[in-house]
Amino acid sequence: MSSLQLIKSNKQNFYYFLYLGLFLFSISILDVTLNAFLKINITAFLPNILSIFLPLIIGFIGLNFIRTEYSGIKSLDLINKNINTNNFNSILTLLIIFALIKATPPSLSWMIFDANISGDSKEACTGTGACWTYVKVWLRRFMYGMYPNDLHWRINLAFILVIALGFFGFFLRNNLKKYLALYYVIIYPIIAFLVIYYLISGGSFGLVWVETGAWGGLSLTFIVSFFCLIFCFPLGMVLALGRRSSLPMIRYISIGYIEFWRGVPLITVLFMSSVMFPMFLPEDFFMDKLVRVIIAITLFEGAYCAEVIRGGLQALPRGQYDAAKSLGMGYWKMHIFVILPQALKLVIPGICNTFLALVKDTPLIFVVGLAELAGMLALAKTNPKWLGFAMEGYVFAAIIFWIICYAMSKYSYNLEAKYKTER
Amino acid sequence: MSEPIIKIENVNKWFGDFQVLKDINLDVSAKQKIVVCGPSGSGKSTLIRCINRLEEHQKGTIVVDGTELSENTKNIEQVRAEVGMVFQQFNLFPHLSILDNCTLAPIWVKKMAKKEAQDLAMKQLEQVQIADQANKFPGQLSGGQQQRSAIARALCMQPKIMLFDEPTSALDPEMIKEVLDAMVNLAKGGMTMIVVTHEMGFAKEVADEVIFMDEGMIVEKAETKEFFANPKSDRTKLFLSQIL
Repeated sequence: MSSLQLIKSNKQNFYYFLYLGLFLFSISILDVTLNAFLKINITAFLPNILSIFLPLIIGFIGLNFIRTEYSGIKSLDLINKNINTNNFNSILTLLIIFALIKATPPSLSWMIFDANISGDSKEACTGTGACWTYVKVWLRRFMYGMYPNDLHWRINLAFILVIALGFFGFFLRNNLKKYLALYYVIIYPIIAFLVIYYLISGGSFGLVWVETGAWGGLSLTFIVSFFCLIFCFPLGMVLALGRRSSLPMIRYISIGYIEFWRGVPLITVLFMSSVMFPMFLPEDFFMDKLVRVIIAITLFEGAYCAEVIRGGLQALPRGQYDAAKSLGMGYWKMHIFVILPQALKLVIPGICNTFLALVKDTPLIFVVGLAELAGMLALAKTNPKWLGFAMEGYVFAAIIFWIICYAMSKYSYNLEAKYKTER
Repeated sequence: MSEPIIKIENVNKWFGDFQVLKDINLDVSAKQKIVVCGPSGSGKSTLIRCINRLEEHQKGTIVVDGTELSENTKNIEQVRAEVGMVFQQFNLFPHLSILDNCTLAPIWVKKMAKKEAQDLAMKQLEQVQIADQANKFPGQLSGGQQQRSAIARALCMQPKIMLFDEPTSALDPEMIKEVLDAMVNLAKGGMTMIVVTHEMGFAKEVADEVIFMDEGMIVEKAETKEFFANPKSDRTKLFLSQIL
């Protein structure tokens, strides 16, 4: 901050500099905005090269005028502290702002102004923008896969039931609260499985059987993620404890398991589960492809969970173990009441990370012929009637995945805040 | 003297190649108060951690209240339930309130009813004068309050023996007194106590016997008055001259 330092404000002319700086900064933003949105170049009279760099230069001088050590004006200090700390930062700030402004009009016009959504065939798309008609027409497929149209209510009902059961825990009476963990770890998955099996699969209670090959779309993404999430967490916990066990046998089995599953790519695991695995089973034994895939992903992600949880276990001071032991607690009591509650709290961010990765890994099940959301897109884009709309489909899928993942990370922040106790 | 409640015979312990305890012999009878002192690294903490088997000894025998400490896990848990311990770093469970810290072990280890455990905990917290903090979390308390809570927590298991591992070393000078007061009260109540500490004032007031350890050995073991009035070994004299 020395040679490039321009004229500095002092106490007397502080506001003069502030207003001048803000004015110059606004001019530079205005110039770029007009240029990007309305194709008006107010500096067209200048030589070409100067005209391009003028907003940057003006904005830079403006930010330089604004920069003071401490003014007492809250928003000004916030700007100075975060995006205007020195000349280099102010240039970066300007460039980023300009890039955002420049990128807005084309993306807006593609996504909204020049896009089509009416009609129900490819011919309805006449604009230069996105063809949302494609997504609209295929929406049911993207949501429910090849599941018969008139049976979609079964999937909806199953999801509503599963979600309702998930909230059930919050309404338990206080004296039953201690069974909450038991409910979520064991009872809830079983009930959820039964609900999904009987409602979506059908085959009994007068419901038509729908084979899992026909399941697909976003609902399949949810089903696979849901079961993998709730099963891989307890598995990871057991493995993490096993890896730290004092019994060599258990320790080595856990290490071997973790290192094996972390060493193979998920896509091979999925292939194995659908191609190789049935060969080892007895002739008359049948296991559904979807179930095999869920088991495969669970075993795979369990290894990752284990390492994350182990990190939490190692972060606890040894004194916690000493204190629990000195009170006469055995291994299980010590871990259940003292160690795990603290360790799991520490690993919420890490676990959330693993879970997000899991959700975004589910499209890989396409390789074994299960078409969840991204898989359905891949199928739809090759439909001869609808060629050329891959972009719309993937933007749609990206938005859906982003919403799911953002909701999950928001939830994890909430959990962190909720379980934050004084340390 | 009656049958000793703790019998330590020829105990040896190594950390790798380094021998921390060398042929330790010590008998403690019920209601006796023993202060262990010595320079750091002399093995005094290790010795009392061996008594409830937070550390394993490799040679010799330790018998606590008729139970020999061995690989047998059941025995160890039984002994630990009878021997309370207070640590230098308090080691309260930060995710539980003070009251829950105190009731956790009685409820789950001793299978006490919740109400009964809470009453007992409140009584013990009353004793160390922090009953009003019962619903706070450890992180909200001062060091002295935390250490007194830790004492109450150990007492809630109604132990026969209390071990103190430098209970005041991590405290601000102003808070040492409140913890020592609680310990003096406990001693007056007739508890068997083994205390590793550098607080010689406390030793003079409470201890029946003082043990001086250096380099893993018991250098001197004497009645309190005798220990301070005319220490026998030169090492003890040197130590006392520096600490008093």
